[in-house]
Amino acid sequence: MSEKLPLLIPEIIVFLTTCIVMVVGLSPNLAVRRSCGLLSAIGLVFAAIFAVNGPAGDGLLPAMTPYAKALIALVGVLLVLLVAGTVDREEDARVARGGVFDALRTNRAEFYSFILFSLTGAMLCASATDLIWLFLALELTSLPTYVLVTMSTRGTRSQEAGVKYFFLGALGAAVFLYGFALIYGGTGSTKFVDISAAIADHGMNPITLAGMILAIIGVSFKIAAVPMHFYTADVYQGAAAPVTAFLAFVPKTAGFLSLILLLAIVGWDHGSVIAAGHALPSELRLLLWVVAALTMTVGNVLALLQSSPKRMLAYSSIAHSGYMLVGLIAGPGAYGASISHNGIAAVLFYLAAYGLMNVGAFAALAGLERRGRDGRPVEIDSFDDLRGLCATHPMLGWTLVVCSLSLLGLPPLLGFFSKLTLFTSGIAAGEIVLVIVLGINSAVAAFYYLRLAGVAMLEDATDGPQPGLAPFPARAISGLIALVLVVSLSFFGNGLLNASRNAAVVEGSGVRAPGHTPQQPGQHADEHKDASDPAKDASTSVAQRVGA
Amino acid sequence: MELVLLILVPLAFAILIALRPAQESKFHAVIGTLLAAGIGVNALGRFDWGSPASMQLAAAWDWLPAIGLRLSVGVDSVSMMLIALTLLLGPICVFCSFTAIQRQERTYYSWLLVLQAAMTGVFASRDIVMFYTCFEFTLVPMYVLISLFGSTNRKAAATKFFLYTFTGSVITLAGLIYIAWFNATQLESVGIETAGRWTFDIGALELAAQAMPANVQGWLLLAMMCGFAIKIPLFPVHTWLPLAHTEAPTAGSVVLAGVLLKLGTYGMFRFVLPFLPAAVVEHAPLIATLSIIGILYGGLICWVQTDVKKLVAYSSVAHLGFCILGLASLNTIGITGSILYMINHGLSTGALFLLIGMVYERYHTRSMKELGGLAAKMPVWATFMIFFTMASVGLPGLNGFISEFMCLLGAFQAGDAWGALPGGTGGDLGFWYALVAGLGMIIAAMYLLYMVGRVVWGPLVLPPGHDDHGHGDHSHGPLPTDLCEREIFVLLPLAILCLVLGLFPGPVIKALEPPVNNIVETIEAAGRRPASPGGAHAMATSERETAVADATAAGGDK
Repeated sequence: MSEKLPLLIPEIIVFLTTCIVMVVGLSPNLAVRRSCGLLSAIGLVFAAIFAVNGPAGDGLLPAMTPYAKALIALVGVLLVLLVAGTVDREEDARVARGGVFDALRTNRAEFYSFILFSLTGAMLCASATDLIWLFLALELTSLPTYVLVTMSTRGTRSQEAGVKYFFLGALGAAVFLYGFALIYGGTGSTKFVDISAAIADHGMNPITLAGMILAIIGVSFKIAAVPMHFYTADVYQGAAAPVTAFLAFVPKTAGFLSLILLLAIVGWDHGSVIAAGHALPSELRLLLWVVAALTMTVGNVLALLQSSPKRMLAYSSIAHSGYMLVGLIAGPGAYGASISHNGIAAVLFYLAAYGLMNVGAFAALAGLERRGRDGRPVEIDSFDDLRGLCATHPMLGWTLVVCSLSLLGLPPLLGFFSKLTLFTSGIAAGEIVLVIVLGINSAVAAFYYLRLAGVAMLEDATDGPQPGLAPFPARAISGLIALVLVVSLSFFGNGLLNASRNAAVVEGSGVRAPGHTPQQPGQHADEHKDASDPAKDASTSVAQRVGA
Repeated sequence: MELVLLILVPLAFAILIALRPAQESKFHAVIGTLLAAGIGVNALGRFDWGSPASMQLAAAWDWLPAIGLRLSVGVDSVSMMLIALTLLLGPICVFCSFTAIQRQERTYYSWLLVLQAAMTGVFASRDIVMFYTCFEFTLVPMYVLISLFGSTNRKAAATKFFLYTFTGSVITLAGLIYIAWFNATQLESVGIETAGRWTFDIGALELAAQAMPANVQGWLLLAMMCGFAIKIPLFPVHTWLPLAHTEAPTAGSVVLAGVLLKLGTYGMFRFVLPFLPAAVVEHAPLIATLSIIGILYGGLICWVQTDVKKLVAYSSVAHLGFCILGLASLNTIGITGSILYMINHGLSTGALFLLIGMVYERYHTRSMKELGGLAAKMPVWATFMIFFTMASVGLPGLNGFISEFMCLLGAFQAGDAWGALPGGTGGDLGFWYALVAGLGMIIAAMYLLYMVGRVVWGPLVLPPGHDDHGHGDHSHGPLPTDLCEREIFVLLPLAILCLVLGLFPGPVIKALEPPVNNIVETIEAAGRRPASPGGAHAMATSERETAVADATAAGGDK
């Protein structure tokens, strides 16, 4: 076990930060209590540094582990900044008015430690090498979020959302746990490497296949994919906007990392007419194909119909999961290393891009508030509140505009390139129809993202009381950082592209394919031209014949 | 470097306008567009007109090398002239908005300059993703201009415009990426330098796409036309255009008609024709038929319009039909005529929108029922109106005629009827296509002259509330009854260019021909039936002919 410890240093750092935050958050001194967010952010930055410089993992995708951990930690920093002031606002005000500080009535310590716990869980998913580990990591990601949703606002809606989220989450967990059990039953091991070898040696037996299908459907809950998407809108709307941003990124990332690992067990090298044998087993491919097409379509169509920006972003986050599933179907590709062929790299890149754009869009919502009927500050939850945002609050307004245009996939913004890599990897894997579905869905998404951007940029502010800035500059700062990153990565994102390419190298499956050598990170596609590839030979001869 | 400056200067001024107070917006917009025009003149001078087919003034930088993206610019004579058109219309759009735009001037002028930068980028780019980026990015400024500064129904028009064009071009992008994928993975031993790695370079992908089998090219033709046909707009997908035009502010209409529609035809010229020669040969009759339906249908709709702006908008559908017909004729004269038509249409239709905008500013109506006999009140305006209408109708001596004639001649010569006679180029169009399309010229003359007859001549009709005697009318605001010097100054360069291009089109045609000839050669090599036995087949091999013959036979079976 001790050889695993260096691998877990980032998680350990986050965990230690959690312990500190839990104590610091109970301090009677307001300034000390307020430092919770900052401490968490510092801890996460250190975790990211150690993740980047730490050893590669020992699973099927060794290079993915540091990438994913650094990604989760860094987006986690933005999320921690974004949740500033979500809890304890009234308590702090009461104490400031001269009330007696009561450690039992403050929630800050629990809130930040749950956030850090959830991030730890997501990071642990990345380094999972075992089904049980994966299950525990996924649950560590999810369980704190149920509480976060419930405590995020004082309204009954949050409680309803939390309960819904918890029960459906438990259902999802039961489904994938059942799937894991069947995989164990079918292959005799819970270790990824052994399962992978068993599948390679004996093929997929029906029990393993059933287990795999259940596992995928269960994990679909985490990424909010059809048919496990029903909770999304209610939960996202019920939670406070910063927590919604958290839900839209962290469980989704954990879910996609788990799916990548699960599919890597099976491998993308199963004989099939599609993409010259570089494909998932046809049953799994069909399942994911249908799930992907339904997810993006359902998400987009329902997002069209929403009148609340939060619900709209919730459904659009479903759609984004659908897009990313295309990359999973495409797989790491025959050439292993080039991101244009590598669906897994595309997914990892997309997760980073989506994380940033998502923080930016929600920061605009979280940065505003209006007075409720009883004089308490309430979140804004309608398009009317966003009208004329670029004129009234330029920074939040432009953050919202740029991030929604980027989510729309408008070139030359980051969201376009993340879709572009999905497009290329999908085409490279022969999934032309799915890519067309993806394209049409992007166009549908244009409708509502354009509405969001247009409301903020073009409309005049409504008469009557305007929403004001929430008194938490950290939220706006988080949005600003996201905005700067989205814009700068659009032009100087080559490093991130390379990093995600290097991260998405599948070790196990490549070894078994005849004529394939395991791909090392950093190797370029050109060096593997000679890999045996019947379809490529065939089409080359066509090209030769026509173009000679 | 000029090309990069042409994109960056308007962008820089757009940011400047956004940051400075609104009173300075006009000033900065004028400086920005004039500076860009100056750089453009310099670029025209540096362009080597002796070899117009080669890509000149080129420059390139890595953008995202991990996925093969480069920022790469370069122009041949076709791109250069369309850039010149864009740069000419830039200051005109700024000048014509001085009195029309009274609020949110910063927003207006900065997005207008962003639009100009994006359009220049489309014509200058030598990288497909950069092309697509600029192509799509024209949508945002246009969306803002229509939905903030348009007339009553502007929100719906802007949204329809954005969604229509965005949807189409996503499919186009999928097609272009497919070609890049084909180049990266399927083409290693053909001897194309860039094969086997991901690149989006237009020149490299052109060779790659030509090496594709004919049936694949057919699908790609469909994919690409999804985006370009909507932008042009070709007949069944034209419905966004009249709405967008009628709702857009004057400068928006000018840019839309003058340059934005040309992005579609330019895309066809730059991508569809040279990339997919085999498919184009096979499907040219279909494209030509759609364009002819557009010519006739657009013309007939014009005839029943009472809204002057809508009439000119629908006339764009008809005129762009000629443009596509010229492209679909696949011979030098037709394609050259089509490119010339792009420029001419930009000049004359742009001017017509300006004129309509000037009347609208004075009388706040565009209805022919409420306007009539304006020659009595606005003689200068009436002169320009008649001049540009004649240019648009295709009066010999003005610019519209020569290009329309070339498009028709191209279609006429691209058929068996002409056979081995001089000028005959072979192809699947011919006499009937040219004849039916020719009817469109007559219809165009009818509706445009009818419009002029009612609005310019005839009894004086003014909208209610306006003084019939032309004096003491307060609703004009700062504008005199007839055109002011600024408005004349805006129209004059367009008028001069219409006349010059009408009388001396020779040098322009000569400059346009070499790049067109390259494309025609590619198409001939891809297997269009030769006009005479043993015609030039520069690149053809027996294999290729067999493959194309197979494809033709397969197509014929359907």
